[in-house]
Amino acid sequence: MPQFFMELFSEEIPARMQAAAAKELVSIIEQSLNALAPREVRGFYGPRRIAARAVVESEAPAVEIEIRGPKLTASAAAVDGFLRKHQAKRENLIEQNGYFVLVRLDVARPAESLITENLTTALTQFPWPKSMRWGQSGAFAWVRPLRRIVCLLDQDVIPITIGPITSANISEGHRFLSPGTFIVSSAEQWELELERRFVIADAAKRRAVIKAGLRQLTASRDLDVVMDEALLDEVTGLVEWPVALIGRIEPRHMELPPEVRELTMKENQRYFAVRHTNGAPAPWFTFVSNIEAEDGGKAIVAGNERVLRARLADAEHFYTLDRRHPLDFYLPKLKFMTFHTKLGSQFDRALRIANLARRIAMALGVNAEMAARAEKAGLLCKADLVTGMVGEFPELQGIMGGYYADDPVVAAAIRTHYLPQGPSDPLPGGGAIDHITADPSRPQPLNEYFKPEIKIACAVALADKFDMLREFFSIDEMPSGAGDPYGLRRTALGIVRILIAGNYRLNLYDWCGENVTLVEFIVERLRVQLRNEGRRHDALSAVFAVDQSFDIVRLILVTDAVLAFQATEDGRNLLAAYRRGVNILRIENTKDGPHEGAVDPSLLIDSIEISLSHSLDLSEESIAQALSAEEYTSAMMGLANLRAPVDAFFEGVTVNVDDPALRRNRLRLLARLRDVMHRIADFSKLEG
Amino acid sequence: MNILNTASYADPMSFQDIILTLHHFWGKQGCVILQPYDVEMGAGTFHPATTLRALGRTPWRAAYVQPSRRPSDGRYGENPNRLQHYYQYQVIIKPSPVDAQELLLRSYREIGLDPLLHDFRFVEDDWESPTLGAWGLGWEVWCDGMEVGQFTYFQQVGGITLDAPSFEMTYGLERLAMYVQGVENVFDLRYNDTGITYGDVFLRAEKEYSTHNFEAADADMLSRHFEDAEAECNTLVQRQLALPAYDYCIKASHLFNLLDARGVISVAERASYIARVRALAKVCAEAWITGQA
Repeated sequence: MPQFFMELFSEEIPARMQAAAAKELVSIIEQSLNALAPREVRGFYGPRRIAARAVVESEAPAVEIEIRGPKLTASAAAVDGFLRKHQAKRENLIEQNGYFVLVRLDVARPAESLITENLTTALTQFPWPKSMRWGQSGAFAWVRPLRRIVCLLDQDVIPITIGPITSANISEGHRFLSPGTFIVSSAEQWELELERRFVIADAAKRRAVIKAGLRQLTASRDLDVVMDEALLDEVTGLVEWPVALIGRIEPRHMELPPEVRELTMKENQRYFAVRHTNGAPAPWFTFVSNIEAEDGGKAIVAGNERVLRARLADAEHFYTLDRRHPLDFYLPKLKFMTFHTKLGSQFDRALRIANLARRIAMALGVNAEMAARAEKAGLLCKADLVTGMVGEFPELQGIMGGYYADDPVVAAAIRTHYLPQGPSDPLPGGGAIDHITADPSRPQPLNEYFKPEIKIACAVALADKFDMLREFFSIDEMPSGAGDPYGLRRTALGIVRILIAGNYRLNLYDWCGENVTLVEFIVERLRVQLRNEGRRHDALSAVFAVDQSFDIVRLILVTDAVLAFQATEDGRNLLAAYRRGVNILRIENTKDGPHEGAVDPSLLIDSIEISLSHSLDLSEESIAQALSAEEYTSAMMGLANLRAPVDAFFEGVTVNVDDPALRRNRLRLLARLRDVMHRIADFSKLEG
Repeated sequence: MNILNTASYADPMSFQDIILTLHHFWGKQGCVILQPYDVEMGAGTFHPATTLRALGRTPWRAAYVQPSRRPSDGRYGENPNRLQHYYQYQVIIKPSPVDAQELLLRSYREIGLDPLLHDFRFVEDDWESPTLGAWGLGWEVWCDGMEVGQFTYFQQVGGITLDAPSFEMTYGLERLAMYVQGVENVFDLRYNDTGITYGDVFLRAEKEYSTHNFEAADADMLSRHFEDAEAECNTLVQRQLALPAYDYCIKASHLFNLLDARGVISVAERASYIARVRALAKVCAEAWITGQA
């Protein structure tokens, strides 16, 4: 079985695009060469190349293809058009199931011509996220200038021309360590030869080499490297021949907040942070160079140390300047910082957040003194936006405010008020949380949420989010489709997560400024979240449809109870009866409905219907009591008690009797069954 | 301590020797060595030798030093890494040559940065100038984690898609020189080999211009001059005088930067100013192309 191999060699491909590009190349081969039944398709990627290998058939077998055409009743013009499109004659058509069908015999084709033809087309339209033209490319665009194409079937070059480049069997190794070209004869030889020429073609292997290198450097000094997986991916795309190195951080720069240091190191320099084994930041950094230097990397380490020194000196400069004043000094400057052209300044926003934060804190049950601190934190939570450090590193918003605030409770609330931003983010109120190295596997312990200082942090975070949503909804800037430029969906989900985690009982309607659309938007985020987690979300819609509390915690509790009830035999049974009853009502309503209104006891003549009516009274009472006592399982018991009388009713009583008064009354009894059940949820929205 | 002393290069180059070496190197590559353009501008790309010459099909190779003014980057000479006036070394080759990356790396070798001793990298960086209506794709060139240049394949200028994409290289000369000389404060750079430092030449200017940019500049006057430059640019374009018109486009851009540094432009106004300068760049580019035909 012949082996197919292809390498697209170019100038440096952005690291973030490489893995996806290799995957795309694999899928192009699988699809375009489908007729050659490609197997064991494997992709490679690195800074200067994407490549793929596969085992293929030496020819595409002859196949008979059937293509469905127009209906037999179609016009002659339509049939002619179909024939023209497929370059076929009338006698190639057969009639099948009311359609013309074209039967075409495609003869066997050698792999060579098929590869040339199909790959040229597919590769010319390669979907790079961003592509460019260059001096020799004409109208053709690639991610960066494409310099060589290797395209082999076993050892033979398959001719392919993409833009200005025609395939050959020539590749290159490391730019500096092994200049010049070499002949490629197979995928295996290519990989081996590259390794001899200081290029590890296999990205997974490169990644492993980097990881091992970083570990070894730190372990030998009794240190730990912070293995940032996303950074590891990026660095894997930046080097062909990874050599891990370690450098020192100036002792005085260890006095900077670790977030500042580590952000600079990661974002600007792609360095990995280093910790002592007890978790404390260590005065070292590790990084990966792309070269085995003649001096063992001395000059490279010295150079990188100097670059970091300059960057941290800059950060230090801002940190010192910022701390010349207390945080509230910066507050008035927010007046000159626009939040949104239609929504005023960040100062206006700070005032609103302060007010909301105090009121939410009170609603969460903290005392007046603590509520005042929530207000202060709300007022100051945006002040760091005008400090030098945040101007320089916008990612540090909130975190710097936390360092610049003097009251530790206020500081913690400011530091975490943007949280949670993503699904794996920790929640507000934690200790030394930082965005950069936050450990999502360590959620806040549940009991923490009763602490007043945690409540304050959550109150400020909620205030920030409610204000954001209220303001943007007030100017009709709601997310639509894929467009959510202000991250309002994420904001709404943040509210939901905080309320659930803290078991905080807030009436969303009140805190959303009595905006029902906004409440629905927030609950919708919860529903989508449940759906994304593969959980039942129809029950939430059913409960929310009749909800008056606008309380996320209650919604979840009732939803869980409904789902548990639905899983019982009584539940399944009652729901079946419910559907039957609602169905009868729907049909009869279309005739002479609606059939609503009080059931007339004097018209209840059958003992079974009398018993059902009585049971409905009892259940309604017990459900109401259970709901107000928040005993949702007993509320479901109230439903379960209806099963027997409802079953008996459908078995022994005819609804559509001739006597119109009796019939109307029985339909009203069904309506009452529905209404009693709807005290808990609109069960018609429940699936299954 | 100087890191390059550990290498085989005895004496790192002075600031002016780096410029002379680059001139020599790029001159040999067929570039015309131009002198700085005599209008204030924010970056070497604004020089008509890049902006306008990038348009059309006529081949073009040029290299020059361009004083670049970034009024809001002024730090009164107190920050070791920031200047409101600095030098860019600019190279443009149109159409972009096949060996652009190799040429560039050779130029670094000439200055004393050996790619077998240092870690050179091409790190994704898309270049965009909203005021020029220009963009391109390329990289930051890194040496040991330090950005020592910006490499761009120009795609569009003045909103016009380029017929022949050019290779454009910008070296930040001070930063490069600091790296080569192993100096941590820009004002300590050896300007030449007679003991003159960068600070001797420019420290006073940094102090005075910072005061001017942030405190003293007359905002009303600058606004008026902006309006005048904008009007003049449009008038000259009407007469197909692309080059003089473009001078006023650059002036408008610099005046905007001064107003911005002065802190008198709101966020909303900012976008509108940028759009106005971009409109000027566009008409100038169109006039330039018309004049070539």
